[in-house]
Amino acid sequence: MKLQTKYVGAVDVKEEKIINFPFGLPGFEKETSFVLLELPGNPIFQTLQSVTNENLAFIVIHPYHLYKDYEFKLDQTIQDHLKIQEQADVFVLTIVTLKQPFEQSTINLKAPIIINEKEMLAKQYVLVDDAYETKAPLHVETDEDESKDART
Amino acid sequence: MLVLSRKIKESIMIGEEIEIKVLAIEGDQVKLGVEAPKSVDIYRKEIYVAIKEENSEAAEISQDMVELLKNQS
Repeated sequence: MKLQTKYVGAVDVKEEKIINFPFGLPGFEKETSFVLLELPGNPIFQTLQSVTNENLAFIVIHPYHLYKDYEFKLDQTIQDHLKIQEQADVFVLTIVTLKQPFEQSTINLKAPIIINEKEMLAKQYVLVDDAYETKAPLHVETDEDESKDART
Repeated sequence: MLVLSRKIKESIMIGEEIEIKVLAIEGDQVKLGVEAPKSVDIYRKEIYVAIKEENSEAAEISQDMVELLKNQS
């Protein structure tokens, strides 16, 4: 199917690529169908585009690019909701809030998006504990940063 | 808003499946127990509001900002 997108123009999407969010997302409860699309020339960020609303799209990132120790447990409820059988079927994305200047951009570690790829079911999962925040810095590590970290 | 007075260990029912029970009162803090079907998500309101606001903000990113992300590899 042809799809008009907010950030990457017109794209052709296969039906089986549609990810269902049965509960929508907080603030967007009626939006239940999304596709994950690459951003041209940027391997780190992707866009999560609504299938039914051309003007609704999020920029998302795999949190482990930035926060290697990011960790949480999925409770039984979400495992049931998303029909999760095996951990290998599941991947995690976090929503990026881009800001100007770029260094002030944040990612939402408090409410990651959990996707069961096998069933194409997803949900934004609000973590109960307070270990992670909704506005965690989007700090893209460079080699320079890593060497600096190693020294301190 | 419906206002009900409850004592410790008393509950209210919302429909047939949701029960909210007062477990303890300590100073200005009330400890509540919630029984609800698994299909019902339960959040602290301020957290739910924060997530909603963050999502709205994230959905308002301008085309220009996203253009800056492209072709950066």
